[in-house]
Amino acid sequence: MTTVTDPAEAPFGIVVDKAQEHPRSWRKLKDASLAYALLLPAGVIFAVFIFYPFLKNFDLALHRTNPFNPDLSEYVGLEQFGDVLGSKEFFDSLWTTILFAIMTVPVGIALGLGLAVLAHQKLKGIAIFRTIFSSTVATSVAVAAVMFYTLFNPNIGLLKSVSPTPPFLENPDWALISIAIVTIWQSLGLSFILMSAGLQAIPDELVEAAQVDGAGPWSRFRNVTLPLLSPTMFFAIVVGTIFAFQTFGQIDILTEGGPLKKTNVLTYFIFTELRVQRNPGTAAVLAIALFAITLVLTLVQLRLLERRVHYQR
Amino acid sequence: MSTSEGVLAAGVPELATPTTTTATIGPPKRVWGLVVRYALLMVLALIVLFPIYITAVNSLLNIDQIAKSKLFPTDPQWHTYSDAWTEGHLGNYLKNSFIMTAIIVIGQLVTATLAAYAFAFLEFPLKRTLFVVFLATLMIPFEVTIITNLTTVVDLGIYDTYAGLAIPFLATGFGAFLLRQAFLGVPRDLQDAAALDGYGHLRFMARVAVPLARPTMAALAVFAFLASWNQYLWPLLVTRDDRLRTVQIGLKQLRNTNLESFNVTFAGAILAVIPLAILLLLFQKQLVRGLTAGAVKG
Repeated sequence: MTTVTDPAEAPFGIVVDKAQEHPRSWRKLKDASLAYALLLPAGVIFAVFIFYPFLKNFDLALHRTNPFNPDLSEYVGLEQFGDVLGSKEFFDSLWTTILFAIMTVPVGIALGLGLAVLAHQKLKGIAIFRTIFSSTVATSVAVAAVMFYTLFNPNIGLLKSVSPTPPFLENPDWALISIAIVTIWQSLGLSFILMSAGLQAIPDELVEAAQVDGAGPWSRFRNVTLPLLSPTMFFAIVVGTIFAFQTFGQIDILTEGGPLKKTNVLTYFIFTELRVQRNPGTAAVLAIALFAITLVLTLVQLRLLERRVHYQR
Repeated sequence: MSTSEGVLAAGVPELATPTTTTATIGPPKRVWGLVVRYALLMVLALIVLFPIYITAVNSLLNIDQIAKSKLFPTDPQWHTYSDAWTEGHLGNYLKNSFIMTAIIVIGQLVTATLAAYAFAFLEFPLKRTLFVVFLATLMIPFEVTIITNLTTVVDLGIYDTYAGLAIPFLATGFGAFLLRQAFLGVPRDLQDAAALDGYGHLRFMARVAVPLARPTMAALAVFAFLASWNQYLWPLLVTRDDRLRTVQIGLKQLRNTNLESFNVTFAGAILAVIPLAILLLLFQKQLVRGLTAGAVKG
């Protein structure tokens, strides 16, 4: 803007207009009110559906729900935290979720990386393979669960000859593994897309330089590609783990937390406390625990991001 | 010479010379390398596609054939699709998913554009703090908020309505963050030129900033579509019956009511995938941009 603010530069050296006297502060005020107005729609949604329910969890967690009349819940302080977080059911659920993350995340990333490396070639028709490898993003966990439902079925599925007794989804030793297989397949497309993007971001010159230095294909992959891909992989590990802690749909469709609660992951546990037990108090304690875990994972991610920025400088 | 060619072919494909020229002059090793690579890609593609393929096949088989694990439909039972569509209510489920998703995508684009504009182009008190607050929303998983959100939706009188399905998702910190980045890339000269032309902020947003940020908005739209189309937990919590059920939870219902006639359930799964498959084929680039926005560029 070319507004003249300095009286010395103003025509005839006189400032007449009132608005010209404080043009900056006036404009500032206008800009600020516009900014707040623009932030309002998102702000209201965040306040009502994210921050309020988040904080309300702490209030709910401090009250024990009366099983007969929810309006008569009583303040019990931190007692309920101890009860829930110290219970065997919580420990089992947390352990199940961690096991599930261990089963799905590394395998999913490794498979995605493998496919991405294979598809990162200049070959005729490679675009078709890229589309196929990313195709599972078109499925949801519900669709994937229904698709695998027959494969796991002991009477009709293609896996019936290798089906254990009791069958996969009813077998305490196999149920979680089965859910993990469904999940790995469903998230393969996403993993492939992430890893491909990571590979494409690596400058060709670096790989070429290693080539000139006489590095073989495996050595180039190990010593050049993999280290440069590590930020993408850290991101995928953290986000994948956060996703694993939010697993719900495939379990609701295939096992409903069973058999013997062997697939009762944290989110499913929250759901049953809320919907089946009708106990918002205990559900809130679990939700806070889920938040704490996610927070730690996010902070780890931020830490690594920071390190990466320094590294690139 | 021939060995280095072979290594080249196997390891650093981006350096390999175009296949058409070398394949004819090069040693047979080069050809074998190609065959092996295509074979490997083919096998992996078949494995990845197999669950989808077998579901499509099973949706067309009759029950006895499914039990025999046939791999090809010799006598396709197309009626399973109309069964899933009408008796299985899949048409209705898909309609509900579309309405919910459309509201969420449009809502997110609007709220994210407005907020991102403020963060990118305006100066105001508490700007940094508010930006951190927006980013903080990303740290709270939706699962953590469901307990009270359910109560809120009931209290607002929007339980079991499209509003109840969509309103909690009308704003995202991710969208605001992504669009702010795009807006910050708008050249300073354009702002000055627009100011000289007497453009106010709203006109500048609509005529300059938004058109320039269109690729990012498209990426955000595809990302939002995918995320809301695939939602499971919230639609399950806030809908009472078939009337408003979305296709994801509709599939469970379809399975439960067709415990014997698997083929109808599979037809339903295929019908649920088709809209998203078409969308993603059309907007592959935008999807990749949206999904990798956080990962690669940081």
